[in-house]
Amino acid sequence: MKLTQITETPVWKSIFRHKFEDTPRNRSLAVTSNVFLHLHPIKVDRDAIKFRFTFCLGGLSLFMFIVETITGVLLMLYYRPVPEYAYLDIKLLEHTVLFGMFLRNMHRWAAHAMVILVMLHMLRVFLTGSYKPPREFNWVVGVMLLVITLLLSFTGYLLPWDQIAFWAITVGSKMAAATPFLGVDGPFHEFFHITDMNDMKYLLLGDSDVGGNALLRFYVLHCVILPLASVLLIFVHFWRIRKDGGISRPL
Amino acid sequence: MKTENQNNTLQPEEKEIFTVPNLVSIEFIAMIVAMIILTIWSVSLDAPLKAIADPNWTENPAKAPWYFVGLQEVLVYFDPWIAGVSIPILIIVGLALIPYLDPNPKGVGEYNFRDRKLVITVFLTGYFLWFLLIVIGQYFRGPNWQFYWIWEDWAVHKEADQALVSIPNLFGSLILVAYFGLGTFISKIKFKALYEKMGTLKYVTSSVFTLMMIGILLKIVLRIFFHVKYIISTPYFSI
Repeated sequence: MKLTQITETPVWKSIFRHKFEDTPRNRSLAVTSNVFLHLHPIKVDRDAIKFRFTFCLGGLSLFMFIVETITGVLLMLYYRPVPEYAYLDIKLLEHTVLFGMFLRNMHRWAAHAMVILVMLHMLRVFLTGSYKPPREFNWVVGVMLLVITLLLSFTGYLLPWDQIAFWAITVGSKMAAATPFLGVDGPFHEFFHITDMNDMKYLLLGDSDVGGNALLRFYVLHCVILPLASVLLIFVHFWRIRKDGGISRPL
Repeated sequence: MKTENQNNTLQPEEKEIFTVPNLVSIEFIAMIVAMIILTIWSVSLDAPLKAIADPNWTENPAKAPWYFVGLQEVLVYFDPWIAGVSIPILIIVGLALIPYLDPNPKGVGEYNFRDRKLVITVFLTGYFLWFLLIVIGQYFRGPNWQFYWIWEDWAVHKEADQALVSIPNLFGSLILVAYFGLGTFISKIKFKALYEKMGTLKYVTSSVFTLMMIGILLKIVLRIFFHVKYIISTPYFSI
């Protein structure tokens, strides 16, 4: 059977709206008729897409986010966010689930890679002056995405419920208690009658110490709230690249 | 836009080229390379997992995730409300303000350092400081957050710092006012053209943020070499 026999079927034609001859029209249609590729313009500046200009850092940050989403959803199939089961589920994942250890490793290492890539992406954007007008606001969106990336990683850190996780989050949440005015150990906390039962740390942990409530809160933040916020801002970030003049290049 | 050449060969003088395949192919290769690296990394190195969480058995040292270890390291030199709350907020706000404070229109979309010496220096100083603190916190801190060289055994007990002194409040306040006041005022004379271009509000904002960043470094020096604990200490807050 020839390939043309497939590409001439009504089903194929209903999915792919253009032919494959290498013509400028088809190259354009390859972008505009594809929901994912149409993030891109039909044509791009020759110098702007050189590897040595961007090092693919922004794109790879997104790719790590996608890897995290896929591996993360798979991990959710094996994990229960309660202190009684969380650690056991990680152990079972490592020892009884086929490729379970590999799955967890990839989720962990891609998370580290994402944090590093986002930081390096920011450095690249700074060094190429790509935050300057008309791209000021997109830089701000990028800063928010950096913060969300760190929070995503931080909330995920607690979920294995081992000693590393528990004490790292204990150290981290102590900082929330030190918030001026709003933390029980912060300066001027008497001002709003703040105690360890109504301060910032309590809001974060759902308790005055790291425990079951904190685990559930971090789980929901990690798997629902922060990913949604991230996707929302990624949309804005990419849309603004196009609206603010495309991939940056000398004006 | 009628200049499209029918045979699609790339002509050197064309500034704009088709996304398919020129950009998409680069993205595709980058994804494959990233996936190969991730796979090798995940096969060869296991994510750490210690014993089950036990609130009654404190890890010593208890380290934050590596990207926050820099802030944890700053805890040695500042109280938690500064190191753990104010500094992160100021970093985020400071970063977000950069495009609104930098008045230099040059160097967009190119690695042009010659026309942007000052901002590049300030940004790279902060960037370097962030990672320096992470490296110190991650690799050079042992039990009780004492300093250990990589080759030193954590089992060897280290004495806590010798007695620290606090600067008298009057003198300390003078130092702070002089640091930020004179720092802004004197730099204003040196960067006169910049000051006039930016206006007072933007210049003072940039100056204060930059001085705060350098101030972290200075406080570290004060603490290590002069054993200074606080510059100002009150019952409510201390700096």
